[in-house]
Amino acid sequence: MKQFQYVRAANQKAAISALTKNASAQFIAGGTNLIDLMKRGITSPDTIIDINNLPIKAIEAYAGGIRIGALALNSEVSENKLVIQKHPLLAQALNAGASAQLRNMATVGGNMMQRTRCPYFYDTALPCNKRQPGTGCSALEGFNRMHAIFGHSDTCIAVHPSDMCVALVALDATALVTGHKGNRRIAFADFHRLPGDTPQKDNNIERGELITGVEIPDNSFTKNVHYLKIRDRASYAFALVSVAAALNQEGNTIKDARLAMGGVAHKPWRLHEAEKALIGKKVSEESFRNAAEIAMKGAKGFKYNSFKLKMAPNAIVEALKTAAGMA
Amino acid sequence: MVFYSKMPNLNFEIIFNSMANKKPGITTEKECNGINESRRDFLKQSSLLTGLAITPAAVLKAAEEKWDEEFASSLEKMPLKLEINGVNHDLSVEPRTTLLDLLREQLALTGTKKGCDYGQCGACTVHVNGKRVLSCLSLAVMQQGKKITTIEGLADGEKLHPMQQAFIKHDGFQCGYCTPGQIMSAVACIREGHANSEAEIREFMSGNICRCGAYPNIVDAIMEVKEGGQQV
Repeated sequence: MKQFQYVRAANQKAAISALTKNASAQFIAGGTNLIDLMKRGITSPDTIIDINNLPIKAIEAYAGGIRIGALALNSEVSENKLVIQKHPLLAQALNAGASAQLRNMATVGGNMMQRTRCPYFYDTALPCNKRQPGTGCSALEGFNRMHAIFGHSDTCIAVHPSDMCVALVALDATALVTGHKGNRRIAFADFHRLPGDTPQKDNNIERGELITGVEIPDNSFTKNVHYLKIRDRASYAFALVSVAAALNQEGNTIKDARLAMGGVAHKPWRLHEAEKALIGKKVSEESFRNAAEIAMKGAKGFKYNSFKLKMAPNAIVEALKTAAGMA
Repeated sequence: MVFYSKMPNLNFEIIFNSMANKKPGITTEKECNGINESRRDFLKQSSLLTGLAITPAAVLKAAEEKWDEEFASSLEKMPLKLEINGVNHDLSVEPRTTLLDLLREQLALTGTKKGCDYGQCGACTVHVNGKRVLSCLSLAVMQQGKKITTIEGLADGEKLHPMQQAFIKHDGFQCGYCTPGQIMSAVACIREGHANSEAEIREFMSGNICRCGAYPNIVDAIMEVKEGGQQV
């Protein structure tokens, strides 16, 4: 690890100002990804700004929703009574991510900011447009088993690794950020971005901005929800495919639905068209299969990940069946 | 804000402040000057920054005296107070030091193991303020004022902790390298209330990899301690 200067911010203004003054500075919260990246020489900030003392840790209800502070730990969120009661899908997704130890360290803001786990991004001996723009994408013709089937570009086919973010995008969350220009609200679906020709940019947060929290509006998805994560081992692995499914059922009819996938794109992948296809339909495997087919429109696999083209729709059906209590 | 402190092994007062991003071993005159200048600039700037506690590193005295950069760099440490296994420590650490390296290299507490060093194996699991975390991904400087418990702090004198006893009874290890991490994680697993079934134990212990494959015996050990209802 390269030497760096360590500073501890006592308030948001100081944190933002320290970050703005130094192009090589980075915030640190849980550090579970940043320290990993620093050890491997993938990122080498000359200053790290510890934001753990900032008062943005609370999980609280407001009229119309709940607000989760950016510094709330993943384990604090998944065990929080309000979260379990109002958004069990989020709690399930969090518990599917990482390990108990990492969830005790990782924060909500850090989870949003984590980098891809594409092995070529981590291998500094090989080209990677995300790590070193313009050098090429090793995964395109390489071992791309873990990679994207939606929204990829010629420059990058990496996926976003988060489970939490898949639930948040399904639940219509809003990211709260603050910076020199004041506060900004970003729809969670617009927080992360597709690679296009600038894969070095994972998200739409601007330099000098700090995530302060996430808001989730109250909704009717408190009962029939399921987060299904398919991975190479039973636990503690990144998703090959994951599905966040939420249904609002009235008798045998679907009144409303939310669907999103992880492990398939450069951002948490919301499935609006498939959701629309579910509304008003009967709660049945046939409806779910139809929605899954719609969800897969535009998918394109690569040499080693084409299995996802079959796995993803099956996972959608399975997640919806479990959410509906049919599995 | 600037920290003033007295280091016990030095005879002058030090103002802890920042260092420039110095690459050790590079000593061209130009770069040396650059470093000195940026240090002084930073000292000036830092007093203007409010709400920012600036830690360790460059020693003002060293900069003033134009001491050799290598020597100054050896002083670029920051003070750290923490409690480890009930004992208070007053330390001085380089910001890059992980909690794992602090324990093993600086304090000779080698019970905590370095497995992968990248947060993938759980061998380095310790408790910080009662929560199980990975010490390899924790910077020591970020543990200011916290209470750390390592495997060395579990036993009550000569009397083993119930989880240690259960691991022996159920043969919960083969080579033993992952065992300190497994035991620290297992104790936390019960305290958290996540040891109510074999399936739940397996899920909440998944952050601790055992390459010998002692998993069934580890689960048995945890089940026994949980069902025994002893205080862990």
